[in-house]
Formats: sequence, structure tokens, C-alpha cells
Amino acid sequence: MSDISQQLREQILQARAGATKLDIRGGASKRFMGREPQGEALEVGRHRGIVSYEPVELVLTARAGTPLEEIVAALDEQGQMLSFEPPCFGGNATLGGTLACNQSGPGRPWGGSVRDQVLGIRLINGLGEELRFGGQVMKNVAGYDVSRLQAGAMGTLGLITEVSLKVLPKPGETLTLVTETSMAEAVRLMNERAGQPKPLSAACWHDGRLYLRLSGARSAVDATVRQWGGELLENDVAFWRELRDQRLGFFDGDAPLWRFSLRSSAEPLPLEGDWLIDWGGAQRWYRGDADRARLDALAAEAGGQVSLFRGGDRSGEVMPAQAPALRLIQQRLKRAFDPDGLFNPGRLYSWM
Amino acid sequence: MSNLNNSTKAQLAERFRRFIDPEYVISDDETLRPYECDGLSMYCEMPMLVVLPETVEQVQEVLRICHREQVPVVARGAGTGLCAGAMPHAEGVVLSLAKFNRILEIDPLARSARVQPGVRNLAISEEAAAFGLYYGPDPSSQIACTIGGNVAENSGGVHCLKYGLTVHNILGVEMVTVEGERVQIGGEGLDSAGMDLLALMTGSEGLLGIVTEVRVKLLPTPERARVVMAGFDNVQTAGDAVGGIIAAGIIPGGLEMMDTHAIQAAEDFARAGYPRDARALLLCEVDGTAEEVQEHIETVETLFAQLGATSVRTSHDEAERALLWKGRKSAFPAVGRISPDYYCMDGTIPRGKLAQVLTEMDRMAERVGLRVANVFHAGDGNLHPLILFDANVPGEFEKTEELGGKILELCVEVGGCITGEHGVGVEKLRQMPVQFSDQELRQFNAIKDAFDPQGTLNPGKGVPTLRRCQEYRSIEANPEAVGA
Repeated sequence: MSDISQQLREQILQARAGATKLDIRGGASKRFMGREPQGEALEVGRHRGIVSYEPVELVLTARAGTPLEEIVAALDEQGQMLSFEPPCFGGNATLGGTLACNQSGPGRPWGGSVRDQVLGIRLINGLGEELRFGGQVMKNVAGYDVSRLQAGAMGTLGLITEVSLKVLPKPGETLTLVTETSMAEAVRLMNERAGQPKPLSAACWHDGRLYLRLSGARSAVDATVRQWGGELLENDVAFWRELRDQRLGFFDGDAPLWRFSLRSSAEPLPLEGDWLIDWGGAQRWYRGDADRARLDALAAEAGGQVSLFRGGDRSGEVMPAQAPALRLIQQRLKRAFDPDGLFNPGRLYSWM
Repeated sequence: MSNLNNSTKAQLAERFRRFIDPEYVISDDETLRPYECDGLSMYCEMPMLVVLPETVEQVQEVLRICHREQVPVVARGAGTGLCAGAMPHAEGVVLSLAKFNRILEIDPLARSARVQPGVRNLAISEEAAAFGLYYGPDPSSQIACTIGGNVAENSGGVHCLKYGLTVHNILGVEMVTVEGERVQIGGEGLDSAGMDLLALMTGSEGLLGIVTEVRVKLLPTPERARVVMAGFDNVQTAGDAVGGIIAAGIIPGGLEMMDTHAIQAAEDFARAGYPRDARALLLCEVDGTAEEVQEHIETVETLFAQLGATSVRTSHDEAERALLWKGRKSAFPAVGRISPDYYCMDGTIPRGKLAQVLTEMDRMAERVGLRVANVFHAGDGNLHPLILFDANVPGEFEKTEELGGKILELCVEVGGCITGEHGVGVEKLRQMPVQFSDQELRQFNAIKDAFDPQGTLNPGKGVPTLRRCQEYRSIEANPEAVGA
């Protein structure tokens, strides 16, 4: 529970003076993501603690190194939650890393992503300046949205030291329906049902089974269960948690894990291998041998993109290629925040 | 305008007419006049030229030429903005997106729509209704305002607490850069790799690029919606009641508060049956499945009664629901009837500070002899004080503007911000240094440089230059010097 932001700032200033590169680490739970880390460790894990939490305002502010589990526990006491259900990856994931890597769990299409729920941040840029963007209120359109810009930047724009989030009440009731069905049929059903005004809160398909989670007022959940039908899944909380933290059997082993982010209704892609479909069809996990160019082409046809999420060769590019103009904009933005290229060099792209 | 500028103007118009329908290149004063301001008409400027391109290629060509010649470009949708964000530049071109008014595609299964930037906000929901879907954000100008403008301002509305702002409801945009290059940001999926440029673009007030297409998310239309109206004899009690609803685990679809002035004006105008003697009025709309609405409405009614409401009324059908909302929705024009003019502010505060802010605001208003009516998006803390004034009384607008600035500073002081949904534009440039440090403003300017190094996209808006900040700060420190 301590504020070590001055120490972190000192280290950044020293790195700048000595032309050292920095490798930002919170709980080190996502070292497998992105390209191979390089540089001297900038440890944020000790910069932790909930700074303020106002349940009635639906706002929580915590230091970047705060473990998600600590935040979730504090919210739980007040009957609230992080609606984006971030993966804890074995318990060490921190708030800052979750935002930097834009990590959200099964509830994402309905409860929003971490990026959606962020209200403000504190950030130390590459000049060692401590900056504050956004705030602790739901609406704030003064200045550019630097807080949300961080989502997916993987720390390349600076060191996030504090995050304010919108939190939400927990639903009164949660139940999960399971139906045996094919992948194609599941994609259709997930999308059709998401188009109905029902309390759907997660939709996943794997190994011939479609899982639909319903969350909301008890009466609404019960009525929807009767209308839609299907088996009730026992111990469904554990199922969604294991899916969220990537601990289901599907995620075992060292085979490369590909992540597709697509139009939710896209037809199953013609690729041999094992699939797990989450986010109502919008996030699809694939394990199988694949030629990158073919994957990219299929992803583009389905309105999205594909990245090498875990495993495989991490010295090459793991994120989808950026169009030249977007690459240029991101390089310029990088320079605008971190002119000496101190933070996480090459972690997101070789050219950043 | 100097002769040099006149010749630039003629040459530029002539070049634009080579690839844009000559009728859509406007250069005469009479036709330019309607473009001199947006919804904040106190701020006016005649543009050099207005162009209304009809294709993205034409937009690209306009930008290429302006980039080469270093001519300022101000994008414009319906001109309903409230911060002078679309106020023209005297030596610049207004790039109207009015001709881009087609809904290109609705994908009912994936629940999204691809639309051109000049499509009206409400038109999307009207078109999607056939599929039981709608577009979430509903700014009060939704009949007229365009989706491109919504992206530029990150517009909200009365349903933000539950359904989010524009940034939460779009999947991607096509944008033309200041150099005239066409780029795709985001797509049809829920996220893309790398920095979140889509979030950066949303609310960037036309300073980073010109949006030429938007893919929006569509939501299933709730089965049912009902509204509970409650009157309170003081603002603090009403504010606490809002907290009570949230604490009970209910996120209302809409949660609006009005103060005495606003209640009375709205009631005179709409005859919605608002309690005239109440000091504060809450409208709490619950939407969802029929069962959920039933369950939550009962909770809300009970809570309001327990938490000190002096009157509670619940809508029983659509007509009654519309009537209860009518007062709130007509609050602005209604206030317009009790005062010759009004000036709408847009601060955001932590909800718990409401009573403190309203009390302090009344004191400040009284000191300068003005009245303030308040309309408050209570769910998300967005306060719209309407300062009542008479523009025909010399000096009264200046007094109003000054009070407005003080109100925004008060919002920052209590932990809020200077604009929740209207944007900074020209109007709130002076308050930016109150909310942000020089280093933060320098970072904003560096972001701008990354997209637009010459600074020709909507110059003089959104983010002040540091030189201007120093001027503002010295004025604050030494206000006597200003009148000189």
C-alpha cells in the first residue's frame, strides 16, 4: 500500500540521462504477450493500493500496481464489480497492466472493456513529467482522451501510475444455459440472442457446447431461462472464471494461441484446428498450424484482425500489421510522449 | 479582407470548382452567412469559403490543397454544437459534411450500422427500428445533430450512465488525414491492436482528422421503459436519493434532476404535472425486460418515498411516460420563455458535491445579479446550469460569461471537469489551464502535432497554446488590467 511514484519518476529520469531502455513490469502476469521484452526492469508492482473508492459515485481509483484481486475484493464488499471482468492470469495481474494490454473478460460485449470503463489516469511520460488526464467523473470531454489511448499501447507511451474506473453494481442473479450445437449454429444463435432485449451477459462456444450467461434482476433472468431453454450449468461461476483467466483445458500446452477480433456474426473461418469462441462471436481463439498471411486475409474478410496472443515466435511481429498511415501516426504519437524511446521498446511492434 | 487574401480566396474557390460541383463551393457573403457560427451563436466569424464535397475523394483533394497552401480547415456537420467548435476561421475553409447523409449498411445480426458522417443521430435509430435495434447516445439535439459531429464531440445524452457515450458506441471510423490520406481506424470487431486511436479521435473536435464514415453499434430496443417522477423539498435530499438508487444496485436508463427555476419553467411550458413547489425534481427511467422493469420500478418507488420524496408518480403507459419526459426535454426552450436569453454551461461534478455546488453557484449568481436554472444529468454528474440574462442590457453577456467561467472553475475545484459533453471549442479555452497544467497542455499540443504538424485543422479550438495560457493566467492574477 505505498506510493512510490517519485521513485519511479527518478528511475525514468535516470534512464533518460543514461539512454537506458525500460521494461515496465507490474505483476509480470502478461510477460508472454507482445514481443520479447527488452530493457532494465521498471517495477511498478510496489506502487499499489486503492486511493479512493466511492460506491455511490460508482468510481474507484487505484495505483497501477494494485492487483486486480484486491480491487475485486474491495468492490465485492459493496456489492459492486468490474463489469469488464479482467483476466487475473493466475492472480498477479495488476490494474495498470490490464489497461495497457486492454484485457477484458467474457462480459466485454455487454459490460464494456477496460478501455470503456476508464475515466482517468496519471501517467509519467518519457520526459519524466507527471501528468493527469480525464478524471473521476463519468463524462469529461476536455482535452484528448489520453486515458483510453493507453488501452493496447502496452506501455509504449509512458508509465501509467494510477487509474480511475467506473464500477457497477453486481447483478441480482446469474445463471448459465448450455446447449449442444455446432460452431456455425452457435455463432448464429449468439448473435440472434444478443439482438433481443434480454439480460445476456456472456456467450461462449467450445467443443460442441454453447454457453449463454444471463445476469440481471432475478425475475428477468428466470423469465429468459424459460423462454430460451437449455440445461442449467452447475458451478457456472467457476466456468466463466476459468475462461476469463485462460485456464480451461483449451488453453493448455505450448501450441501457438491465435486471437481473432472480428465481426461477431462472421461465419466460422475455414481453418483446421481447435476453436473457442467468446464475446458472442467477436473474440475467437484458435490453436492450429497456420500461415500468417492466410490468417490475416481471413480476419480481414471477417471485418477484423488476428494476433499471435501466446507462444510461437515472439521475435517477429505478433500484432497485425498496421496500414502505413496508421503506423506513421503511432510512431509520431510515440515520439510525442516518449521522444527518447525509453518505454517498452519493440514490445508492441518492432518499429516502436 | 486584404487584396492578397481576396486573390487567395478567388484562386482557391476556382481550384475547388474544378472537382466539386461549383454550386457547392460557396464564396459570396450572403450564402456564407449561415455558416458564421454553430449552436453557440455568440461566437461568430465569417469563413473565407465553404465547400460541400460529395465524395471522399473530393474531401481528400480539399485537404491536400489546403495542406499545401496551409489554409485552415474547419469541419462542420449540422452546426448544432454548443462550444463554437465549428466556428469558421476567417482565412479558412469550412468543410461541410452535409452531403454525406446516407446510411450505407445496417447489419442486424452483428448489430452495427455503417453510416456517413452527415447522417442525423436520430435517423440511425429510425432506420434500425425495423430490426428492433437503436443507436444508444441521444444528445438533446438528436433530431438535427449528425453522427460525425457526435464523434468529434464524444456526445452523450440522457442515457449515458447505462449506455455510454459516443466512444462506447462506435466500432470504427474512416478518416482523412490533414495530408489527404484515407485511413481506417477500428473495424467491425470490438477492438484493434495497438494504441486506441479510435478513442483518441472521439471527442477530438476536428483537430486530428476529418471523419468520413462511422461504424456504430446498435442495441436491442428494451422491451419496456417506465419513469418515476419524484419531487423533493431540498436538493441535498434529492441528491442522496440518487445515491440510494445506485446503492440498491439499479442503474437507471435515465436519471435527470431539475431545480426550482427549471421545474417551474418546464411546467409552465409543458404542463406535465410537475410539482411546482418542489425544490428539486427527479426523473428516473428504468428500462429492460418487462419483469425487470416491474421489479426495479417497485424498488425505486419505495426508495424515493423512504428517502424523503414529497411526491412520487410513476408512468403507467407510453403516453404518460412521454408526458413526464416532455417537461425535461423542453427545459431549455422553456427557460427561454422566462428570460430573454440564456447561456447553457456544461460542467461535470462528483454527484455527492451537488448540493454544495448549487449553493455556491446561487451565491455567485446573486453577487452579480443574475439567476441560474439547473438541469442535471444526475446519474453521471453532468450539470447544465442555464444562466438567465438579457443580451440587450449592455454588459450583461460579459457578466454572464464571467459567471459561467467561475462556475466551471468551481466544478474543477470539487473534483469535476469543465465540460461533460459539449466540448471545449473556443468557448472553454480559457478554462483549460484551470483543469490542466502546462505540462499536460503541452502533451495535448504534442498529440496535435503528431497528426497535424502545421496546425491547420480547426486551429484555435480545443487546446490552448501555452502562450495564450500564460495570458489567461496573468489576467486571472490581475483582473483590473483587462478593462484597460
